[in-house]
Amino acid sequence: MITAAVTEREHYLNQSYGLKSWLLTKDHKRIGLLYLFTVTLFFFLGGAFATMIRIELLSPTGNFVSSDTYNKLFTMHGVAMIFFFLIPSIPATLGNFFLPMMIGARDLAFPRINLVSWYLLVIGGLFALFAMLAGGVDTGWTFYTPYSTTYSNSWVIATALGIFIAGFSSILTGLNFIVTVHRMRAPGMTWSRMPLFVWSTYATSLIQVLGTPVLAVTIILLFCERVFHIGIFDPALGGDPVLFQHLFWFYSHPAVYIMILPAMGVISEIVSVFSRKAIFGYHFVAYASIAIAVLGFLVWGHHLFVATQSVYAGLVFSFLSYFVAIPSAIKVFNWTATLYKGSISFATPMLYAFGFIGLFTIGGLTGLFLAALGFDVHVTDTYFVVAHFHYIMVGGAIMAYMGGLHYWWPKMTGRMYPEGWAKLSALVVFLGFNLTFFPQFILGYMGMPRRYHVYPDEFQVLHVLSTAGASVLAVGYLMPMIYFVWSLKYGAMAPANPWGASGLEWKTPSPPPLHNFDQMPVVTTEAYDYSSVIGEEIQVG
Amino acid sequence: MASEAHAHEETLALREQFETASQQKDASTLGMWIFLITEVMFFGGMFLAYTVYRRAYPDIFAIASSSLNVYIGAANTVVLLCSSLTMVLAVRAAQLGQKQMIILFLILTLLLGGVFLGVKAYEWNEKFVEHHIPGTSFHFEGIPAESQGHAQLFFSLYFAMTGLHAFHMIIGAGLLLYLIFEARKGRYTADYNTPVDLIGLYWHFVDVIWIFLFPLLYLIDRHLK
Repeated sequence: MITAAVTEREHYLNQSYGLKSWLLTKDHKRIGLLYLFTVTLFFFLGGAFATMIRIELLSPTGNFVSSDTYNKLFTMHGVAMIFFFLIPSIPATLGNFFLPMMIGARDLAFPRINLVSWYLLVIGGLFALFAMLAGGVDTGWTFYTPYSTTYSNSWVIATALGIFIAGFSSILTGLNFIVTVHRMRAPGMTWSRMPLFVWSTYATSLIQVLGTPVLAVTIILLFCERVFHIGIFDPALGGDPVLFQHLFWFYSHPAVYIMILPAMGVISEIVSVFSRKAIFGYHFVAYASIAIAVLGFLVWGHHLFVATQSVYAGLVFSFLSYFVAIPSAIKVFNWTATLYKGSISFATPMLYAFGFIGLFTIGGLTGLFLAALGFDVHVTDTYFVVAHFHYIMVGGAIMAYMGGLHYWWPKMTGRMYPEGWAKLSALVVFLGFNLTFFPQFILGYMGMPRRYHVYPDEFQVLHVLSTAGASVLAVGYLMPMIYFVWSLKYGAMAPANPWGASGLEWKTPSPPPLHNFDQMPVVTTEAYDYSSVIGEEIQVG
Repeated sequence: MASEAHAHEETLALREQFETASQQKDASTLGMWIFLITEVMFFGGMFLAYTVYRRAYPDIFAIASSSLNVYIGAANTVVLLCSSLTMVLAVRAAQLGQKQMIILFLILTLLLGGVFLGVKAYEWNEKFVEHHIPGTSFHFEGIPAESQGHAQLFFSLYFAMTGLHAFHMIIGAGLLLYLIFEARKGRYTADYNTPVDLIGLYWHFVDVIWIFLFPLLYLIDRHLK
């Protein structure tokens, strides 16, 4: 019996059992699953806050929660989603699991540091969670001074400390990935043969390593200011609150690329596999990742167009913000060109990828609106901005994360997810997302400010549409949660290479053995060379 | 061509994820350099704040700086440079596999680091006596009331930057202690001495930070005289 052989084969999941074998593991695959579990919790926590926000906004009078509670809700939604879900989501789960496999390595360069970084995320998360349960924090996820240092009576320190600690998780993950890509590639895996997911994760790691320390020192200064009143951000002593904004956005704008770059890598993998074509312009897509990482550090000032920044600085930052759109556009055009005359199949990951390309394009183009000085003044701090970054982060990053999860699920668990349900969920997510966030563009353009829960009556119809969309979106996110768990026990056994993909991670059984490969792989072809897969027997296990 | 991918017997010099000892050493060294780059960015935020405020209040910063004791600061710089020398000698001894010499030079490095921190503590204590600690009792003699806040900014930066530096020194001292204990067990040989090498890099980095801090904090008023 084939199935009997499958159940008895040793792999990373049945190598050892028990809590200790997971909490003390150095295996990058198990650590990837630990991250998956952790970020999923924070995703649903952040989602719960979003639900309360949307319920509140059903009516214009603000009668569900008080203003103070509302301030805390949107702050904690942002903190949970950005620092504890989006930033670790793709790099720390899918990256952790697949980056070593895709370059033919047994593990990351520093497995123990990898485990430490998971613990740092958990400890940071516990601090943030404590702050939320103890009474919450109301500064907005941006912690602008002097409100956060002098006036706010909420749990600023505990939350900031949580973000500080989670930041080191991000730094160590980035460091680990960079060293792994430089030093651990299998024989024949040259830089220009690396899958594009590896390229984009590498670029992400550069940002994590260069940007996150600046956030860390900013939080230290914020801490000193709040506790000791040292004056760094206090105008009364000659300090400058805008300095905080510069330091904060020096990290937090590149952080947007920490969220979207790995998503782009996932899309490159999926688009190529499901059109059965090598990615169009491989080198352009690869170098575009590096270009985004570099240019991303030069555009933070577009968050300060109305914050006393000089007009000339505004002009330069506006120009540079347009500039960063070029490598992003290169990617979108190249994915589209890859589809052209491809042999396209509409499997679930591909549906998510299609969703990503369309929504990311809308998010990116509205980003250009915001980079234009005159228009930005009109829509600063309105729902236009909220809609824009949700198109990038939810429509972009989370779509790709979901696509990636479906794409690699068979490899991670050895089980197939139910295709019909999965396709339905992709459709529900796409519809729900657009219904939630498209009305917000209109709201913002008409002048609805963000972070207010009382609003004029004429905005109610659009707000109700948005809340209806959010309900649909929630269903779309709960469905995969249920059928993924279901598939662990009842899903069909996954073959080694269910999609006919060419990457190294598919050249080993599903789920992979402890050290990933039974034989050290030797790479002889370019990435996405599907002639190497033709005629390959689809084997169970 | 395809070699067996199952992990080999794990040793300190060859962890199971690596193929060869030189691959492991290269990876560790690259990792340490990247870590030091993150440290540059970390201190960079404070250097930026310093630059902004020194440019905004150049005269007050010069006057406030002149209250620091240049001679003590300079002597401490020499102490720290000597500790870098002993650290290099420890790395050299490790490469040659001379166990006793490794321990000797590591202890010397630790002692010099301790002297530096002791002197720093003395200097900080002086600031308490002089009411130069940022806070409600802050007072700097000889400047108008409206500039007191600006002088306090200088001392805020002084404490933040030297404090962060001292924190790194304390971490470094802990790492040196670890190295001394491991060296006593004979862990470091001519074939495997990566930890000595890498912690040496860290120690030098912390020294280099001080080389920037000393002129920026102690010597601002020199060009005005």
